[in-house]
Amino acid sequence: MFFPISNSHISPVYLVVVGFVIGILGGFFGVGGSFIAGPALRAVGLDWSFAVGTDLAHIVGKSVVAARRHRALGNVDLKLGLIMAIGTMGGAEVGAQLIQMLKRAGNINFVVSIVSIVIYVSISSFMIWEAWRTLRYQKRRGPRTKTPGTAAKRDESSFSHRTEAIQRLKIWPMISLPASGVKAISLWVIILVSFIGGLFSGFLGGGAGYIRMPMLVYVLGIPTHLAVGTDLFEIIISASYGTFSHALKGNVDILIALVMHTGAAIGAQIGAISTQYFAGPKIRMAFVPLPLIGAAIVIYTMVTGHKL
Amino acid sequence: MNGEVKEMTRGPTKNEKTKTLRAFLFELVIYIVFVTVYFFLVLHFLADWLQDLHLHHVKLYALMAILLIIGQAVLLESVTTWLLRILRRAQ
Repeated sequence: MFFPISNSHISPVYLVVVGFVIGILGGFFGVGGSFIAGPALRAVGLDWSFAVGTDLAHIVGKSVVAARRHRALGNVDLKLGLIMAIGTMGGAEVGAQLIQMLKRAGNINFVVSIVSIVIYVSISSFMIWEAWRTLRYQKRRGPRTKTPGTAAKRDESSFSHRTEAIQRLKIWPMISLPASGVKAISLWVIILVSFIGGLFSGFLGGGAGYIRMPMLVYVLGIPTHLAVGTDLFEIIISASYGTFSHALKGNVDILIALVMHTGAAIGAQIGAISTQYFAGPKIRMAFVPLPLIGAAIVIYTMVTGHKL
Repeated sequence: MNGEVKEMTRGPTKNEKTKTLRAFLFELVIYIVFVTVYFFLVLHFLADWLQDLHLHHVKLYALMAILLIIGQAVLLESVTTWLLRILRRAQ
């Protein structure tokens, strides 16, 4: 099929299948999935700038579907999502400026590649350690009586003592997040977490859900299911901003995004509904390969010199 | 009470799983038909207009891009929710 805006020929079936796979990942883990979508669009010959902008547009649509489904399941903290959107956009701007500085210094590719590999591997290592410890503890303690819908969402983490220490920091203004079960937390901690997420989004590209979702769980103490839903809600706002900005630069082929999104819409719903059947630590354990895939892509790019 | 707890903790039976899978596949088929018709209509009617906006009215194009993707997301989500409701009623 010919897409006149980007002047490219791409099979619609390929786009729908790619969208479907990313939709499942997004709905289940609360990530944008740009580490798959970007290379998948590049693989069929789409220009790099179009791949980035179009991917962001498709992320907006997929996140709307998944967030609406998560909201129906009670997995979205709107107040937290709106506060985080402010920090994310600020961080994304700083990240983009950082990229410009590195471009001027002339060593952008090397620095960004090394930083991203270290970040991806660190997140995966930490999450596998924490989820494994939590699951081992739960196994030793024995099963608890389950009430469908609520027990699966009651979250446990072997890192919770640190999270509680962060929540005890009394830096004014303190706010409560009743939907997430957080009685009081400093607004600045939330802004800082979202700013870091935005910084990596601007610096490394994509939605940076691979860093924001773990931070929501481990730093803010948000239950995993709510972290996934709230992250998706927040992605709608930040990815819309990114799409608008890229569209102004002529980097979005909205027709490709619309076709991709038809697959993503159903995949995102499957992913969102599937979270009901898994406890928090199991979702976190399953999350581990995602940043590693990102690291593998960067290493491949460094070794071969081909940008995926 | 124990019976209640057992009832709440048991996993889905094979029969329930088969029903869910059948309903999902049925939903998928209807969805594919809807989507195929929809995106041929969209691509047919919007492609030229969007290309013109992209070339000559980039601000309007950026705004339309956001509105179209959000509009499609809300529409498709509503379609699948409606399909699921109908299938559940039929079961």
